[in-house]
Amino acid sequence: MKTNRLGHWIAILIGTLYFVVPLAATFEFSLRKLRGVYSFEAYRVVLADPQFQSSFTFSVGLAVVTIVFGMAIIVPMAYFVELRLRKLRPFVEFVTLLPLVVPAIVIVFGYLRLYNSSSILPLTNSTLSTNFLLTCGYVTLALPYMYRSIETGLRAIDVRTLTEAAESLGASSGTIIWRIILPNIRSAMLSGAFLTFAIVIGEFTFASLLNRPAFGPYLQLIGANRAYEPAALACMAFMITWACMGIIQVISRNAVAAHP
Amino acid sequence: MSFIEISHLRKSFGPNTVVHDFSLSIEKGEFISFLGPSGCGKTTILRMIAGFETATSGSLHVGGVEMTNLPPAKRNVGMVFQAYALFPNLTVAGNIGFGLKIAGKERGEIDARVAELLELIKLPDLGDRYPYQLSGGQQQRVALARALAIKPQVLLLDEPLSALDAKIRVSLREEIRALQRELGITTVFVTHDQEEALSISDRIVVMNQGRADQVGTPSEIYNNPATRFVASFVGTLNLFEARVVDPVAGRVSIDGQPVVTARDISAYGIADGATVALRPEALSLGGGDGDRNVLTGTVEEVSFLGAVIRVRVKLREARVSLDIFNDPALDLPKVGMPAAVSFKKDDLLIIDRD
Repeated sequence: MKTNRLGHWIAILIGTLYFVVPLAATFEFSLRKLRGVYSFEAYRVVLADPQFQSSFTFSVGLAVVTIVFGMAIIVPMAYFVELRLRKLRPFVEFVTLLPLVVPAIVIVFGYLRLYNSSSILPLTNSTLSTNFLLTCGYVTLALPYMYRSIETGLRAIDVRTLTEAAESLGASSGTIIWRIILPNIRSAMLSGAFLTFAIVIGEFTFASLLNRPAFGPYLQLIGANRAYEPAALACMAFMITWACMGIIQVISRNAVAAHP
Repeated sequence: MSFIEISHLRKSFGPNTVVHDFSLSIEKGEFISFLGPSGCGKTTILRMIAGFETATSGSLHVGGVEMTNLPPAKRNVGMVFQAYALFPNLTVAGNIGFGLKIAGKERGEIDARVAELLELIKLPDLGDRYPYQLSGGQQQRVALARALAIKPQVLLLDEPLSALDAKIRVSLREEIRALQRELGITTVFVTHDQEEALSISDRIVVMNQGRADQVGTPSEIYNNPATRFVASFVGTLNLFEARVVDPVAGRVSIDGQPVVTARDISAYGIADGATVALRPEALSLGGGDGDRNVLTGTVEEVSFLGAVIRVRVKLREARVSLDIFNDPALDLPKVGMPAAVSFKKDDLLIIDRD
C-alpha cells in the first residue's frame, strides 16, 4: 500500500519536473538580459517595441472577431443539431474534429488555392478581405474547441423542453436562442471564447502564410533575432494562456454554484 | 362543433403508427384526461394539440379555427411539462411574465398580471427567486402560472405531477382542479396514474396502443369498462373467462359455479365464452341474502394493506380477490378455511370482446 502511494508521488514529481523545470529555466533566462543581475529588462524591451504592441493588438482584435464570428455560426448550428437533428450529431462531431487532423498548413494552402488573386473569389486581393480569410481560418482552427464547449453547455440544459416551453408562450426561434438558450450556456460560451482567444494569440502558420502582422509571426521573428526577448515573450504567452484557463475555471465554478 | 374538435388524427413515425384514427370532441371549460400506459400515444396527441408534432393526417380545430398545421407559437395554448421546463436564467416573476413580454405587453400590465398569478398559486413572495431555489411542487406551480399568464384558450398538462412526491401530488392536483374550475379553462391532462385521472377529470379518455378504448366520465370508466384493457388498467379487477348458460336470463358459469348478471348478454349464444369481471370492493365474505350471487372456495391468502384487508379465495381453478375494510373487531378468515364470496348481480361486469 505504502509502496503504491510512494509510486504515485514519484510519478507526480516526475510530471511536475517535466513541465516546471523548462518553464522555470526559460523564466530564469529571461531575467538575465543585464549582465550580472536579474532584471525585467527583456520584458521592458519587448513591451516598448512598437511592433509588439501593433502585432499584439492586431491578434487580440482578430481573436475577438473570431470569437464573435465563430459563436454566430456554431451556437445556432449546435442548437439545431441538439434540437432537431440528433441523428446527425456523430457526423457533425466528426466534421468539427477535422481541423485537429488536417494540419493548419494544408488548410491555409487550400485557402490560397481557392481564394488567391486570380480565383473567382479573390479574398487575398485586399488587406480587409485577407483579414476576413484569416478570421475564417481561425474559426476553423477553433472549431473543435468551440463546438465542444457549446455542445457541453447545451447538453447540460434540456434544450428541447425549454424550446417547446418558450414556443408555447409565443416565442420565435431567434427569441428563444437569444433570451433562453444563450443565457443558459453563457459559461460554456465563455470557455469556448477563452480557448479560442488562447489559440488565436499564438497562431503562426495562417498569419505567416497570409502575410498578416499577427503576434505569432512576431514571436517567430523575435525568436530568430534576439536572445533574451523570446524567453520573455514565451513567459508572457504562457501567462496569457493561464489567465484564460483561470478565467474559464472561475466561470465554470460560478456557474455550478449558481445552478447546482 | 365542440370547442376542441379532433378528427381522424393519425401520427406515424416512419413505419410506426403511434396514433390511429383518433377523434374526440371536447367542450369549452371541460377537464379531460388522457389515461394510459407508456407508449399508448396519449402524449403524442397532446403534443399535436400543442403543435410540437405534426399530424400525419386528420384535423384539429380549436374554437372553430383550424390548427392542424399552425406553429406552436401561434396557437395560444398553455403547456405545463413533466420536467417543469422553467427558464433557469429568469426569476419566478420573469418566467411568469415571459409570454406577456413576448406578446409586447406594457411593463405595468405584466407586473400586475404576474402579481395576480403569484397570488393565485399562493407564492406571492417568491417572485424574485430563481427556479433552482424552489421545491419541485413550487416549480410546477410557477410553470402552471406561466402557462396561464398568456390567458391561453386551452391548457395542456403533460404528466405535471409525475416528478413530485406522493403528498405533494395529491395537494397539487387538487389545486390544479380548483384553479381550472375558477378560471373555466378547457384543460387536457395526460397521466398514467388512474387515481389522478379519476379524481380530477370531467371525462377520461383511456388510450391503448394509439386508440381511444373508452371515453367517459370517471364513474362510467370505472363501473362500466368497455374493454378488457380498460377493465384491467383502471382499478383492480378479478377477470374470469365465463361460459354463457342462458343469455336471456343473464346466467353464466364462473369456474363451474352458476351466477347471474344484471347486464345485457342477449347478444351471446348459449355456451359462448364471455369475459366477466368483479371489482374486489364489490365482493363480500359470506353468502349474503338470496338475491346475491355466491362463489365458494378456500381462503388462499390474507394481506393487510392498512385501510383494507385483501383476501384471496381459490375457487376450483380460478382465484378471486376481495377487499374488506380494516376493523380491529373483525374476525379475519384463516388461510385454508372454506369461504363463500357474494356479490350483487349488478356488480358482475361483462367485458366486450376486444
